Amino acid sequence: MIQKPRPNRPRRQLLAVPAVLVLALAAACSNSSGKSTADATPTTTLSGDCAKYQPYAGHSGTKVTMYASILSPESDSLEKSWSEFSSCTGIKISYEGSNDFESQLQVRVTGGNAPDFAIIPQPGLLAQMVKTGKVVKPPAATVANEDKWNPVWKGYGSVNGTFYAAPMSANMKSLVWYSPKYFKQAGYQVPTTWADLMTLSDRIAKAGGGSKPWCGGIGSGTATGWPATDWLEEAVLGTYGGDVYDQWVSHQVKFSDPKIISAMQTVAGWMQNPAWVNGGIGDVKSIATTTFQDAGAPILTNKCWMLQQASFYQAQWAKGTKIGPDGDIFAFHLPAVNPAIPNPVEGGGEFLAAFSDRPEVQAVQNYLSSADWASSRVKVSTGWVSANQAVDKSLYTDPIDKLSADALTDPTATFRFDASDMMPAAIGAGQEWKSLTAWFAEGQAIPKVAADIDAAWPQ
Amino acid sequence: MPTASLADSAWTDAITKLGNSFGAVAIFLGILLVVFFAAGRATGRLTRPLAIGVFLGPAVLLLIVGLVAPLVRTVYLSFYNDDSTRFLGGKNYGWALTTDSIHQVLLNTLLWLVFAPLAATGLGLVLALLVERMRYQALYKSLIFMPMAVSLVGASIIWKFVYETRDSSQQQVGLLSQLAISLGWRHPPNWILSHPLNNFLLMAVMVWVQTGFAMVVLSAAIKAIPDEVTEAARLDGARGLKLFWFVTVPMIRTTLVVVLTTVMITTLKAFDIVRTMTGGNFGTQVLANEMYSQSFVQFNVGRGSALAVILFLAVLPLVAYNIVQLRKERETR
Amino acid sequence: MSTQPATVPSKAVGAAEATGSAAVRKSFSSPLGSVFVIAVTVLWTIPTFGLLATSLRPKQAVAASGWWEIFVHPQLILSNYHTVLFDGGFGVSAGMMPFLVNSLAISIPATIFPLVLAAMAAYALAWVRFRGSDTVFFIIFALQVVPLQMALIPLLQLFSGGAHLGGLTIIPAFDLHGTYVPVWLAHTMFALPLATFLLHNFISQLPRDLMEAAVVDGASHFKIFRSIVLPLCTPALASFAIFEFLWVWNDLLVALTFAGGTPEVAPMTVRLAQLSGSFGGRWEVLTAGAFLSLIVPLIVFFSLQRYFVRGLLAGSVKG
Repeated sequence: MIQKPRPNRPRRQLLAVPAVLVLALAAACSNSSGKSTADATPTTTLSGDCAKYQPYAGHSGTKVTMYASILSPESDSLEKSWSEFSSCTGIKISYEGSNDFESQLQVRVTGGNAPDFAIIPQPGLLAQMVKTGKVVKPPAATVANEDKWNPVWKGYGSVNGTFYAAPMSANMKSLVWYSPKYFKQAGYQVPTTWADLMTLSDRIAKAGGGSKPWCGGIGSGTATGWPATDWLEEAVLGTYGGDVYDQWVSHQVKFSDPKIISAMQTVAGWMQNPAWVNGGIGDVKSIATTTFQDAGAPILTNKCWMLQQASFYQAQWAKGTKIGPDGDIFAFHLPAVNPAIPNPVEGGGEFLAAFSDRPEVQAVQNYLSSADWASSRVKVSTGWVSANQAVDKSLYTDPIDKLSADALTDPTATFRFDASDMMPAAIGAGQEWKSLTAWFAEGQAIPKVAADIDAAWPQ
Repeated sequence: MPTASLADSAWTDAITKLGNSFGAVAIFLGILLVVFFAAGRATGRLTRPLAIGVFLGPAVLLLIVGLVAPLVRTVYLSFYNDDSTRFLGGKNYGWALTTDSIHQVLLNTLLWLVFAPLAATGLGLVLALLVERMRYQALYKSLIFMPMAVSLVGASIIWKFVYETRDSSQQQVGLLSQLAISLGWRHPPNWILSHPLNNFLLMAVMVWVQTGFAMVVLSAAIKAIPDEVTEAARLDGARGLKLFWFVTVPMIRTTLVVVLTTVMITTLKAFDIVRTMTGGNFGTQVLANEMYSQSFVQFNVGRGSALAVILFLAVLPLVAYNIVQLRKERETR
Repeated sequence: MSTQPATVPSKAVGAAEATGSAAVRKSFSSPLGSVFVIAVTVLWTIPTFGLLATSLRPKQAVAASGWWEIFVHPQLILSNYHTVLFDGGFGVSAGMMPFLVNSLAISIPATIFPLVLAAMAAYALAWVRFRGSDTVFFIIFALQVVPLQMALIPLLQLFSGGAHLGGLTIIPAFDLHGTYVPVWLAHTMFALPLATFLLHNFISQLPRDLMEAAVVDGASHFKIFRSIVLPLCTPALASFAIFEFLWVWNDLLVALTFAGGTPEVAPMTVRLAQLSGSFGGRWEVLTAGAFLSLIVPLIVFFSLQRYFVRGLLAGSVKG
């Protein structure tokens, strides 16, 4: 966030004071800030450490605003990653994170108060924003950067075939967190097939000793329910593969389709098995009230053995927890339910959408879509994987980041983006969350859960 | 413009901000003074219209811009589809009245509307009566009023430490579970999941906040009951509860209605408690929160607007009743 | 939201020093009653006390056991407050401080503006009566029920784009983003119906003789308002000011929409909501932040409490 108050702020605020009084009187200061690009010299030459930012030069003294759902401490790393860019080019990036991002972005954009940039984690929300007509197409340099990427990712940043938003980070969802230490003590092997995973779960459950094989939590404030959508997505992708998954996203395959119903039964046999969950926390229902952040804690005390959560869950482990193949905590790739599906990988990511085409905004957009920025972000701190394939994989020092980066770029993988993030917001940020939460909390019947979600699908 | 070195200090920042804030107030009052002075000079026929314009104009203008125009817009949008491009007629209202999950929402809202205001006002009235003759009454009043100073963000954090439930094999961090266990209930339920109890647990937070308000207002009303009235009643043999029902309550009836109405309106509009504590899950959704989530999370502006209009219509009778009461009171004056 | 200002348009007739309630009080004197009041007081205080206790405990203790353990193992620390106020770990170099300042800078004007404007409107409706003044009053009263959420987008559009009617600019677009002005204006608009209603109840009950005498002396409405109405209204204004201050200080929705979340303008509540998002597990810091946000409104309430009760009392008695 802002380290020092900007020297020009007091003037603007003082100007604004009389504005309240003249609301009905005159347009005395209608354009008090405006663009201050007039005094920027386009011929600025950057030298020394700054030389590499030459393509973005010429906008000194400008400011762009950025709005996102990423909060501290992750947002601190983000700001650090472009601090050198900012000081060299003189473009200030004013970052604002909010846990009401999804609803507030809608309010601000339709209210005519859009930020210059929004970091949007859901392609569905991106499509919604494009529909408002306020999203600006990226400049040629950003498009050129994007052309070097895996076309799948460019596709996720596109709406109806038009490319709008460059991907920033990527995360790997198909992970199971466990404790190598306790696995070793008990003599358990990391399972590589779904059948092995089920056998192991059963073995742990029978062993008793006050611990259960799985723990989970789907609580997440107003977004409660999203981790359960991930479980269902893993089951769909791992059982039927990419084609059915894509049809499901576009609602050609409905939730009440026998295939999806059967995937829900798979989830029920796994995360709703009373003998298997909710290790160290309570019964099946407690999954609905446990926050996803708290869900993995019982693994450290050996009350629970495994947690299915994405790569970004790494940030939740207490300070001092040793993460690695021989440490306190590590993760393995969730095997496919159906062994015939080659290496299913579910992932998520974030996309940078611009709401302005001012030159300094485009400069920032170009920089943030470059491999240079991605490498800079990777170097700042661990727990972040770029969607940009031009990033040198040797930069990843953290074992989880390495694992994720490998899986996300594996050419043999069946990679798919998080389905609920692609579905319309009424489903992916609404009814599916609600219905799956009710499924866990109230034990509603599967056909009813599926029918409720289908009924809410926008016509 | 201050120099960069000065701007480094957080104090400079604070002084600038507060200076702006006080400056705005000073300019506001200054302009009013000038206008008053100028308008006060006016004589003749223009005096009255001018006075009405100056006194009433700013408030009416702000209300039209801030509340009336949005109200009209919402009614208009409620007849359109999700992104306001297609006219749907009454379809959004039909959806609201025929969908199961919305039935639950309406039922919950009704529960809130009946129980939370009655509990807060009733408890406030009893406390107002009882606290008057106690020593240190200011202390009790202040402590009961205190929750009113807590933001609902704060309240949801506070109440998490009451309702939080852990497996009975572990130490509890929630007060309610701990209490239940120490009273001999071995396996208390997960409170926030226990429908329909959870609705009342959320209402308890609202009652906790609003009781102090009801108590303070009603206590002031009771203090204002004239001597002669109660003495006459006592001479007629009224005591205790009888005196309360037949003398005290009628004497403060108008106040009671106003308190009840304000708490009801607050209850209907309040969505923060539900939003922060359950997110509307587990069968606790209420109209105000559903409307917010339809409009701003699920992007169905049409449905959200229809729910807003329903909410508005639901409160309207309350307001109408109040207006009738006020009219009566004016006529008897 | 929760705070609602108070007034008492009671039917009571009599002197301000009414003591008739003494009789009612006596009828209710019983030890049982006192026990009840004390029980409720304790019950009402416990949750907030739990917040204070939690904010004074170390992280491990908060996660492992309930706050009442402090009675068994009194291990209290102040470092949570230091963390939340001054540590840079929250993405802001000065911790909570700038947000605390913003809360103040927002709340003070947002309390005074609606108060003054509503008093003016109430005076016009009560004493400069005109045809339709009753109707205007009732419409203003009814506007209380408009859900705030309905007004968010139209107001934002107005602030950022101005108002136009067929190419004609009625209100020009102001560049107010990043200032307190939109927040002040929004709060003022939303507070007006209730403020006007309550102050009207009070102002309309001022002694008629006094007003008429002033008119006979040739005083204009502006003079009467300044030198008679405002001074006599002080208690009512103070009691409304308390409620409006509490309301603005504790508001999240208006601030979130009109101020955003940057340290330049965002108040405490927005920061707290952000913290609760990013620190799902760090309850000891969150509770410290929540308790800090409680202190200022408490000081305001306790220091103005005297006026508050007087305002309520005065409002309930007809002259």
